[in-house]
Amino acid sequence: MSGVPGDALVRARKLTKRFGSFTAVDAIDFDVRPAEAFGFLGPNGAGKTSTMRMIACASPVTEGELAVIGMNPASQAREIKARLGVVPQADNLDTELTVRENLEMYARYFDIPGQVARSRADELLEFVQLDERAKDQVETLSGGMKRRLTIARALINEPDLVIFDEPTTGLDPQARHLLWDRLYRLKQRGATLIITTHYMEEAEQLCDRLVVMDKARIVAEGSPQELIERYSTREVLELRFGDIERASLDGRLDGLAQRVEVLPDRTLVYTDDGEAALDEVHRRNIQVQSALVRRSSLEDVFLSLTGRSLVE
Amino acid sequence: MSVIHARSGMDAVAISLRPAAHLFHRNWLVYKRIWYRSLFFGFLQPLMFLTAMGLGVGGLLARSNPAAFGSAGYIGFLGPGLLGAMAMQTATFESTYPIMNKIMWGRNYEAILSTPLSTRNILLGELGWIGFRIASIATIFLAVLVVFGIARSPVAVLAVPVAALTGLGFSSGLIAFAATQRNDVGFSWVFRFIINPLFIFSGTFFPLSQLPQPVQLIAWFTPLFHGVELIRGLILGRLDLAAAPWHLAYLLVFFGIGLALADRSLARRLAS
Repeated sequence: MSGVPGDALVRARKLTKRFGSFTAVDAIDFDVRPAEAFGFLGPNGAGKTSTMRMIACASPVTEGELAVIGMNPASQAREIKARLGVVPQADNLDTELTVRENLEMYARYFDIPGQVARSRADELLEFVQLDERAKDQVETLSGGMKRRLTIARALINEPDLVIFDEPTTGLDPQARHLLWDRLYRLKQRGATLIITTHYMEEAEQLCDRLVVMDKARIVAEGSPQELIERYSTREVLELRFGDIERASLDGRLDGLAQRVEVLPDRTLVYTDDGEAALDEVHRRNIQVQSALVRRSSLEDVFLSLTGRSLVE
Repeated sequence: MSVIHARSGMDAVAISLRPAAHLFHRNWLVYKRIWYRSLFFGFLQPLMFLTAMGLGVGGLLARSNPAAFGSAGYIGFLGPGLLGAMAMQTATFESTYPIMNKIMWGRNYEAILSTPLSTRNILLGELGWIGFRIASIATIFLAVLVVFGIARSPVAVLAVPVAALTGLGFSSGLIAFAATQRNDVGFSWVFRFIINPLFIFSGTFFPLSQLPQPVQLIAWFTPLFHGVELIRGLILGRLDLAAAPWHLAYLLVFFGIGLALADRSLARRLAS
């Protein structure tokens, strides 16, 4: 049913979502291939969640084509949903049930027999390191634990495709790294993942390929490395100035590098040699409060594409 | 051939009800922890009402006008009426806050819609559950009426499905309403301006013939009145066979309209 290996698991052409006169997703094209981790990177309101909801058959397509596992969401939602796992942006665990009941009840919605559901629940609770909390009420779990349980729940039907909508938003760094580790393991097992995020670090760590979304459109596509090479320089010099120096900066950074971005709190100098650029800054007698040379990231790609930073 | 068709038709119904049954099961998982509590209150409420109003108020009435309510007395009039009103109240309680919770606070439906279930499966599952809740409470109520010597006719058991049907009419309409609401403010308006007036003016506590003609007419168009009339007739064993089909037809249409509205409004809210 899912077609020849190598065929796209999700294929979108001119995919559009409108709510009244508001266009949430504007004629986007993309293909998600089997066994890859595919990312949607963009700020809040870029249209990522609307796209996810269409793929998950939770929201009808307004216009354009969408095929999920070779099927049409408009007519085969039941069949598609049977083979998807969805981790939504906000936890929606059943708070009136225990941890284990959440998994077993969810399995039942998929018509998974009780015996199978129990053994899968055991495995998954171990996978997300919640086996010791199996009998607890969901309310007693921490935010990171709830997220992990939501992931376990999304895997109960052994899905061909797992959709993660902002999987680590609102988690502390430690919980986030634990989650990334689990997602990475899923990927190692050959699962196909779709991940939306506005954390560039998350996209860089997890995604084989990604699209950058802004204002309902896809503005770039490629692997994190390709995107950085195409849209940014090798290094970035980050400068911070005092108020007086900043006010008199006009033109003094000209010709310093390929591109200079002035943000409210800092100035980014895009160059292949950050140290050389910094030397030049000193030579020009510009008073710098602090300076940092780093490698380019997806954040810089986004800035170069849209003129705005990703997380404001 | 026709037998085979009938068989596959039945299978189709069974298949379409299976996802809804999962939701019923989910509610049962939650409920089974507290069933004894709800059973206890199921007994307590009719017991208190019938003692206080049936024996108390009824006793006074019997002294001033012994013939007013016939051989069953005021308690015989009140008991079946209360059963109907209880069906409406249970339906109201189960179809407002819990449904809104599953739509927007707990987001249970969002999670369930990521599985093969559809909004229609969810609606049928919830209504099946609420119907079951009303039927079980109505059964307890009926048992109390038997103890009080009010329900004597065997057809009285039919009051249970009629109570469930009456309740489900309210339930489906209220689910349709709940699915359009962004907060719970609307519910208190529903309680104040629909449920409470119906409770008081639907022939539960006194015959409608006591009211002025125009008020009677309004009351006649309300669903609870028809439910109460049927339930009372069945329990007291003096069903008006000429009017009964009309009462039943009214309740079925009421439920049917609610079902269509709920189906539409849930899909709009949850799958847009």
